Amino acid sequence: MSTLVTDPRPLSEGRPQERGRLYGLMAEFATPGELLRAADTVRKEGFRWWDCHSPFPVHGLDKAMGISPTILPVAVFGAAATGALVGFLLQAFTNSWSFTIWAIVWVTGYPYLISGKPLLSMPAFIPVMFELTILLAATSTVFLMLLFNGLPRLHHPLLKSDRFRRVTDDRFFLVIEARDPKFSRARTESLLRSLHPVAVEAVED
Amino acid sequence: MTTLPIERAYLPSGEVDNTDERPGERAELVLGHETFHQVTETVCRVTEARRPPLVWTLGFLFSLMLTGMLGAMVTYLIVTGVGVWGLNNPVAWAFDITNFVFWVGIGHAGTLISAILFLFRQKWRTAINRFAEAMTIFAVICAGLFPGIHIGRVWMAYYLFPLPNQMEMWPQFRSPLLWDVFAVSTYFTVSLLFWYVGMIPDLATLRDRATGRIRQIAYGLFALGWRGSHRHWHRYERAYLLLAALSTPLVLSVHSVVSFDFAVSQLPGWHTTIFPPYFVAGAIFSGFAMVVTLAVPARQLFGLKDIITIRHLENMNKVILVTGCMVGYAYAMEFFIAWYSGSMYEQFAFINRAFGQYWWAYWIMVSCNVLTPQLFWFRRIRTSIWGMFILSLFVNVGMWFERFVIIVTSLANDFLPSSWDHFTPTWVDSLTMLGAFGLFFTLFLLFCRYLPMIAMAEVKAIMPAAHADGHGGGDGHGGGERARVDPNARDGGKP
Repeated sequence: MSTLVTDPRPLSEGRPQERGRLYGLMAEFATPGELLRAADTVRKEGFRWWDCHSPFPVHGLDKAMGISPTILPVAVFGAAATGALVGFLLQAFTNSWSFTIWAIVWVTGYPYLISGKPLLSMPAFIPVMFELTILLAATSTVFLMLLFNGLPRLHHPLLKSDRFRRVTDDRFFLVIEARDPKFSRARTESLLRSLHPVAVEAVED
Repeated sequence: MTTLPIERAYLPSGEVDNTDERPGERAELVLGHETFHQVTETVCRVTEARRPPLVWTLGFLFSLMLTGMLGAMVTYLIVTGVGVWGLNNPVAWAFDITNFVFWVGIGHAGTLISAILFLFRQKWRTAINRFAEAMTIFAVICAGLFPGIHIGRVWMAYYLFPLPNQMEMWPQFRSPLLWDVFAVSTYFTVSLLFWYVGMIPDLATLRDRATGRIRQIAYGLFALGWRGSHRHWHRYERAYLLLAALSTPLVLSVHSVVSFDFAVSQLPGWHTTIFPPYFVAGAIFSGFAMVVTLAVPARQLFGLKDIITIRHLENMNKVILVTGCMVGYAYAMEFFIAWYSGSMYEQFAFINRAFGQYWWAYWIMVSCNVLTPQLFWFRRIRTSIWGMFILSLFVNVGMWFERFVIIVTSLANDFLPSSWDHFTPTWVDSLTMLGAFGLFFTLFLLFCRYLPMIAMAEVKAIMPAAHADGHGGGDGHGGGERARVDPNARDGGKP
């Protein structure tokens, strides 16, 4: 079954406010395997502004789409190192040193002599350093992941499509955006149709 | 490729028995669901039903009542003072810290399932990880309550954190009690993030299926605009892997740090080097027991038997058996070391545990934690719903008593006989302990009703139909059409 869903009204009809700009063309597939093959073809065609959407991560799609590895782990390593350093400085400042610094307010450290330990007692500082390392790394993992993904967002053109609702259920979509330099309404549409989708739909902005 | 006919064995209870190990074959982890849509339906039905099951409503009202009682007890405590508890001079920690350690321990199974089993690519975790993680969060909430209220002047609780103040006083970072503050709060934050990140795609499913305005907005906001983009999935999976890698040492550290509260002190019975691994094993043991206690009724009540199968439950029972044996080993080793140390205080502490004023608590602990779990050696009991449910309750009781025994017997009879005393809980102690269970079950029941209880996206990804050849059926080893597909695709990554 292959239906072409396009707006039945010609462009001249309807008031301009009602008609959005074309966001892109969306092809719907029933199985992850079909999406994978479609993605492979679209990548080879040389498109840049396109994406696949699926209810779960389809393995092999990274390669089929030619996605390069994310720099997230590097950023998280930086956050982890910062956490360890913050943990050390916090404890050394509050329990070992006695100078005054400005940290929102003026604060003074206190050389805390207790349980016969040296002022700068590293072994006793390790648990808190470790916890802060994990805390900073984990929170930055989540927030950087969302940031790199451009989330959260309240709306997106794709979320307007009723057909697209099944992306979180059991359907697989390939979307080529209109801003892609190689995009042409007619040629891209026929390319998508040649990939044996369940349907092709135009999505407006 | 043709799909082999599936020969199914059945248990006496009539459930499909998928516990057999067949070499070279992948066990069926999702029964009776051929399509992704069926999984969505089964899971979403729970939150989309107009009315919750009657048992849910009754359970919720009862738990809410217990939570109210907890509120009343805490208020009474704060208004009156810690004297309302049965604490006395040697026994300055009793039910409060017992409950704290008990609840923190419960939480560990959730993180173990979500992080450690993820790193080991244990695909069966997908059916149970969501609610095990939820259990972690709620257990840590219950745990966090007790140190908060046991400090006496609750309004000074901010002293726990290094906040600049006019007295220029700082917390003492060489104390394990302060390490604990950092460990537990980090644990809670990271568990919450892990749970939430895992839930984003499923919240998007609920959003896309929502018909009412309130549901659309509520799930829509929390789904953060997720649209299943593969460029997003790519970073999401990496982030998930990083979180698992970060949570794994974290979960091992949390109960180790909790055990330092005891092990770093000089008290016989506490001053023990075996404590960190022993506490971690005990935590996983009690946590898995709680997961079984919750999973057995939940799968029955919400029709999730085909997703949380007997195989999942049996796997958990195996973990309970293993960790139960570790705990038993630790009990024996404590006695051995007490004898081997030649320290008379150490020797007395352990003989006193087993035969002193709290002998009954010690033997409850040993029977519930070491003896009854041995029944899990029998496959019949491992795969019996009632068998595992009752044994898991025993473990819950036993692990509560373990903490009670460690804390109270060591404090009540320390070095000097002249300072010995006996701790008896007051009604406030007992009702506060019960109330914490109320809080836990209230949160858990709310979670079951309003949030996706099963990680749908993850379950879908382990179904045969998810494999890139797209034909479904069999064990996913079919298909010659995947020439252009990464050959490792079916085994790698998030399950």
